[in-house]
Amino acid sequence: MSLSFRNTALLVGVLAVLAAPAIAQQRDPAYAAARAAGQVGEKTDGYLGFPVAPTQSVRALADDINIKRKAAYAAKAQANGATVEEYALTTGCLMIARTVPGEKYQAPDGVWRTRTSEPPLRDSRCPPAA
Amino acid sequence: MQGTMSQSGWPGQNTARALVVLISGALALGGCVSVNAPDKPIVIELNINIKQEVIYRLAADAGNTIKSNPEIF
Repeated sequence: MSLSFRNTALLVGVLAVLAAPAIAQQRDPAYAAARAAGQVGEKTDGYLGFPVAPTQSVRALADDINIKRKAAYAAKAQANGATVEEYALTTGCLMIARTVPGEKYQAPDGVWRTRTSEPPLRDSRCPPAA
Repeated sequence: MQGTMSQSGWPGQNTARALVVLISGALALGGCVSVNAPDKPIVIELNINIKQEVIYRLAADAGNTIKSNPEIF
């Protein structure tokens, strides 16, 4: 039951990701606000996490985005002959590099940090920030 | 009789063995090279190197994925 729900959610995520380029949306205002407020942050593994205990709506928002991210990672990883974890970690490197001052990100030691004007602390395997 | 013959081998085999031991012993004494074990353990971080290679390879594609899915990144 829960497995089929997860599969359905993953399928919806895949469809949403595939449809996305045509729509070319921007961040949902609630998501943008949660990022700016530090209620969600970029984890090293390529998914959103919670630097502080999330409200129900923030948790739902992040879970929804993480499902869609996982669908995107799965499709792209397969296309590139990599594992989902490898693709997700690579994207995490880039997303942490692209955080703006005030946003939260996870350092390699797992501690949540606030991005400043300094370069973020990233995994030593991460490619140079573009 | 034949059994004991085959066990002891050809005559002079023991002499030859003794010679080999002597020569190798002399060589070992002559070219004495001391090799010290390193204090730090030798760690081959193969897994991490492979990972970094993969990450570098995927970086450009991951950048495109972020760009083309702005609503989830």
